[in-house]
Amino acid sequence: MTRFQKKLWIGLLIMALLTPLGILLPEKFNAGQAWGEWGIDKLEKLLGYVPEGLKELADFWKAPIPDYNFGGEGASMALQAISYIASGLLGIGVCAFAVFIISRFMAKHGK
Amino acid sequence: MHIPDGYLSPQTYIPLYGVSFGFWAIAQKKLKKQLSLKHVPYLAMAAAFSFLIMMFNIPIPGGTTGHAVGAGIIAILLGPWTAVLAVSVVLIIQALLFGDGGITAIGANCFNMAVVMPFVSYWIFKLVKGKSVSGVRLAVAAFLAGYLSLVVAALFAAVEFGIQPLIATGANGRPLYAPYPLSIAVPAMVLGHLFPFGIVEGLVTMLLLKYFLKHEPDLVYAVLDPSKNR
Repeated sequence: MTRFQKKLWIGLLIMALLTPLGILLPEKFNAGQAWGEWGIDKLEKLLGYVPEGLKELADFWKAPIPDYNFGGEGASMALQAISYIASGLLGIGVCAFAVFIISRFMAKHGK
Repeated sequence: MHIPDGYLSPQTYIPLYGVSFGFWAIAQKKLKKQLSLKHVPYLAMAAAFSFLIMMFNIPIPGGTTGHAVGAGIIAILLGPWTAVLAVSVVLIIQALLFGDGGITAIGANCFNMAVVMPFVSYWIFKLVKGKSVSGVRLAVAAFLAGYLSLVVAALFAAVEFGIQPLIATGANGRPLYAPYPLSIAVPAMVLGHLFPFGIVEGLVTMLLLKYFLKHEPDLVYAVLDPSKNR
């Protein structure tokens, strides 16, 4: 790894440690979810009903770490923040590894 | 902008899977020809960067949240086809591990954020930059590339949401999937991305390009002559 690459990785790790800002700021400014990403409960409140097709597909997949949160829905902000950092680190590890392997096989030697 | 499961009808998500598969196949072919080993570590970092920046939810006080995607700068630094690969992998992992974006919507989400966005960014950057290789014009080109590419990606997502009531309604006339029509979905998605989310994407694109041009100018795909670079 070159010195420049090392520097970039340090930047990414710092970014990972700062990710809780991504949940703390919305909380502080009383901002809800992204538009169009509501769960079934929220949708029922918004519309007064849940679209039938949507209801059928909504639970298509049970993600192991939903919402980057280990603590479940009732988790304290502190636990959510820690989960968020852990998810960030896990996520960059998995993404970087996957892309590294895929592109390593595609790349040409030399140059 | 991560469309969850259930919001898109099969008539929408299946064709979009097809479109994304098409782009993945071309990306794979192109990268096999062009990609050099020295870029591999940067691809891995690009994916990590995109994953992280999407975790920074930006609030609209009292309203919704949104985030930058990072696909704009990745397309400029490493080329649009490389961005297709890196951002697609990120979106798939987000869906599988973290439930961010639906599994049925992977094709749609990859099309919006990992295909449309990198190419719009790359084209705008090339167009605005013209022949300049540094200076204000390059900075403006980078900002606009990041800014507009996120807005256009959001517009695509908005249209996918907004056409659902036209495509599928139940016997009682209620929409079966995403319930809001185009007249609500498009302004809701596009306005938030025009301000503030797009501004963040634009600034990130501009500042990172400046950083890379200063420290590793030979890496920057969109500023070099691509025929010489790869």
